[in-house]
Amino acid sequence: MTINEIQDEIIEEFELFDDWEGKYEYIIDLGKKLPKLSDEFKTDDNIIKGCQSIVWLHAYKQDGRIHFEADSEAIIVKGLVSMLVKVMTNHTPEEIANADLYFIDKIGLASHLAQTRSNGLASMVKQMKAYGIAYQANV
Amino acid sequence: MSILDINKIRKDFPILDEKINGRDLVYFDNAATSQKPLVVLEALSNYYGHYNANIHRGIHFLAEKATSAFEDSRTTIQKFLNAAHKEEIIFTYGTTDGINLVAQTYGRKFLKEGDEIIISTLEHHSNIVPWQMLCEEKGCVLRVIPIDDKGDLILEEYVKMLSEKTKFVSVVHVSNALGTINDIKFIIDNAHAVGAKVLIDGAQASSHITIDVQALDADFYAFSAHKLFGPTGMGVLYGKSDILNAMPPYRGGGEMIKEVTFEKTSYNELPYKFEAGTPNIADVVAVKFAIDYINDLGKENIAAYEDELLKYATEQLSEIGGLRIVGQAKEKVSVVSFVLDGVHPQDVGVILDQQGIAVRTGHHCTQPLMSRLGLPGTSRASFAVYNTTTEIDKLVAGIHKVKKMVL
Ligand SMILES: Cc1ncc(COP(=O)(O)O)c(C=O)c1O
Repeated sequence: MTINEIQDEIIEEFELFDDWEGKYEYIIDLGKKLPKLSDEFKTDDNIIKGCQSIVWLHAYKQDGRIHFEADSEAIIVKGLVSMLVKVMTNHTPEEIANADLYFIDKIGLASHLAQTRSNGLASMVKQMKAYGIAYQANV
Repeated sequence: MSILDINKIRKDFPILDEKINGRDLVYFDNAATSQKPLVVLEALSNYYGHYNANIHRGIHFLAEKATSAFEDSRTTIQKFLNAAHKEEIIFTYGTTDGINLVAQTYGRKFLKEGDEIIISTLEHHSNIVPWQMLCEEKGCVLRVIPIDDKGDLILEEYVKMLSEKTKFVSVVHVSNALGTINDIKFIIDNAHAVGAKVLIDGAQASSHITIDVQALDADFYAFSAHKLFGPTGMGVLYGKSDILNAMPPYRGGGEMIKEVTFEKTSYNELPYKFEAGTPNIADVVAVKFAIDYINDLGKENIAAYEDELLKYATEQLSEIGGLRIVGQAKEKVSVVSFVLDGVHPQDVGVILDQQGIAVRTGHHCTQPLMSRLGLPGTSRASFAVYNTTTEIDKLVAGIHKVKKMVL
């Protein structure tokens, strides 16, 4: 699936929720299901700066595609991180560098990208794209 | 029961009618900034609508009126702190600005290599970083008063730290993260005994505690208007006049000069020496209304009511399984910091926010304190006179919901 197809699928899933509780319970559940990042990748270099809670992002390239793994101390952020990983992982560097992530806004969680709360997430998107650009350069 | 009519007080704060995520706002982030009563909002719009003018320079009617309102605020604050002289009240843009002013003027002029500056583990970053910058420049040594596990300063350690090398002590009156009220009289007296000067960071104290800078014998006292129902971007630095007179000016520009030639400039007198440029006139004018508002309610009445809220919140929150209150100092203001087993503070904050409840989560600009406590951060509910026990009940229910959703 393309990045946009995955985004559209998430948006569709979220249309099922008519209150905040259902929505957040779902995100928390995603957070709980995200596999733990192994300790060897929880390095200072992999920490996304600017978040109230620590977020780690690990990236590697395999067969021309970038793969992401991530983790966070806070469960809601971890759920959001899990969605970002789902959308962005296993695509080419070009696709990642050029991705337009509209799903966060569409599912009503744009405030999580706002400056104060977790600009860690905004930083995470930036960092993912930076990997996309970096991996384009060194093929 | 409080002698204050809390429902009536609530009507003075229009923001309390806001709906957040479809719920009534429960504003428990008063330690970050307090809400503003109508009298303050009206003072601002009155100033801009009816007598806006630059001060201390025009001779026209509006300039006179603005100048006298501006200087009335100074007198009001002088009384609020019981300062001996009006010119000891310097307007700043906040606590941070006041502390930087002292570090950059008094500190740079009078401190030298090897001199020791004492702060405490409870400090806000704004009472750490300016001193670190000074230490770096001057080669001074920063020493830190430790705390015990309840969040009280270990004053025996402080006394041991003091010596003829101690030149400056800068300590917070009330901790923003834990609510601890420090025995600043003791701290000041002991510092003076070795000849050190003392600055008190009063950011959190000024809205809860009656301050008498003369009785305390504080050399400097800094606070921010926005934490006591006043506007943002306005603060006060109190300094003893003989010390302020001995200090070089901070920023250069208009207002702070007596005479300027290209060869030499002579500086204005106190307090103008430290107030370069057009000041924050509107907010200075409005702060008088905030202080009058507090005085009308009576600081003792406010403190007594806030103590009731603190007691109630402490009891109710303590009953929640897995919740631990962080900061159980002997004397506290109405701040309750807590951690919830297995739940990150950020998750607490996000889920409470969905329920219209505003708390602060994180390190509260006190990272060294959080690492001393071994915590990534806490959730903090801080109460003001317009809060109610009903709102605290909503907080308790909100925390139960957090547990149900996350655990
Ligand atoms: C104890 C303490 N000191 C200093 C400050 C800084 O105040 P301001 O940001 O208004 O300069 C604060 C504000 O959070 C505080 O709580």
